[in-house]
Amino acid sequence: MKKLEPLMDAQALDRALTRIAHQILERNHDLHNFGIVGMQTRGVFLAQRIAKKLGALEGIELASGVLDVTLYRDDYRTAFKQPSVKVTNIPFDINGIDMVLVDDVLYTGRTVRAALDALTDFGRPKTIQCAVLIDRGHREMPITADYVGMSVTTRSNQEVALKVMEIDNEDSVWLMEQGPDK
Amino acid sequence: MGLTIKHLLGLRGVSEQDITLILDTADNFYEVLQREIKQVPTLKGITVVNLFYENSTRTRISFELAEKRLSASPLNFSTSTSSVSKGESLRDTMRNIEAMKIDMVVVRHGAAGVPAFLTRCTGATIINAGDGLHEHPTQALLDMMTIRQKLGRLTGLKVAIVGDILHSRVARSNAWGMATMGMKVVACGPPTLLPQHCAPLGVTVTDSMDKALDGADVVMMLRLQLERQGSGLFPSIREYRERYGLDLEKLSKLPKNVLVMHPGPINRGIELASNVADGDHSVILDQVTNGVAVRMAVIYLLGGGENA
Repeated sequence: MKKLEPLMDAQALDRALTRIAHQILERNHDLHNFGIVGMQTRGVFLAQRIAKKLGALEGIELASGVLDVTLYRDDYRTAFKQPSVKVTNIPFDINGIDMVLVDDVLYTGRTVRAALDALTDFGRPKTIQCAVLIDRGHREMPITADYVGMSVTTRSNQEVALKVMEIDNEDSVWLMEQGPDK
Repeated sequence: MGLTIKHLLGLRGVSEQDITLILDTADNFYEVLQREIKQVPTLKGITVVNLFYENSTRTRISFELAEKRLSASPLNFSTSTSSVSKGESLRDTMRNIEAMKIDMVVVRHGAAGVPAFLTRCTGATIINAGDGLHEHPTQALLDMMTIRQKLGRLTGLKVAIVGDILHSRVARSNAWGMATMGMKVVACGPPTLLPQHCAPLGVTVTDSMDKALDGADVVMMLRLQLERQGSGLFPSIREYRERYGLDLEKLSKLPKNVLVMHPGPINRGIELASNVADGDHSVILDQVTNGVAVRMAVIYLLGGGENA
């Protein structure tokens, strides 16, 4: 994979998350009956940052959860590379609350489908909303996001690569394309 | 990122990376077992045959539960109610079961090497649930998972395995696996119950319980196989208990955070005093809980992707 085009730098990423936080607040007035969960791996850090912004805006402490959907994927028998099972930790009761599920890139929609299945094993939230940093199109399932940082037109041989400070030592989003790195 | 092994026949020769991947995956399945709904849909449509030629409650139930928690379909086979009692050979039994389209076989057998033999008569994935005096790899994996969970690491820890080492496949699997993970293993028992030519990779052998327990982080007590009494391997149960049983007095000389383990079933009052088995240091029931998580991890990792 080689870098094709920068989509966001650190500042743009932060602004997108700030806007998403405000949009979430517009729709969800009672943060005491609210939960935010990030999907492994990088969605986890985006969820933590959004939770921090929401907490600061409303003056409360807001915990975020971690969800790994590996066990709910639909390609266990066919996946070429077996994905490793990662940590799931939802430190609050999801029954009856308004929930936001956070992922980095929305593509085929299969990961969100798996996440919805996974959440039903934890309880029955009042609503489940979906926030993504990048919507790159090419949906294979009837799934859409409620909050989108940026919509990008991509080709299917391209990839969107998010880097976050917490594990990659920088905040950036790049559009990548197959081929050797320059 | 998957395992490099295709079957789990034993821990001998299994790499540190593979063992670590199994233990890491098991930690995450442990979380699944704490949920209100303790089942995930991952292995829907995969059939696992539990082929048990030897009695077992704990291991068979643990495997069956692991399969059900993963939404696989378990098929239980025990020799007493099958055509084996009519004299069908192992190979024929396996071929017939395979003809019914199954994906994985968990096998326990009194003869060493049966799981390895089955890999040559079937295309299904084979998991060893105990074969003769050879190995019982999932037991050793759950033991290591429990130690790592309680003490935070494996490397550098000293483990004393006490009892009938000679007839113990649990001891063998642990010796192989623990040596790979950088642990110091001391095997201890009466000289008649110690293997003559053992000490695979740095395992120390002693008939002195004091020496074995000195500085131990983990004490693993093995079941004294009472059916062997009368074979002249040890003078009496009372003498065995005096020298090799773990009671509060011997335990009091050990570090405060020492772990007491036992693969079960326990002979209470022989190798393990009741108040030790139920005491603060005992992690015996944690071993049982972790057994389900570790078996889920092994089935998950062997069953998916290219291996399927």
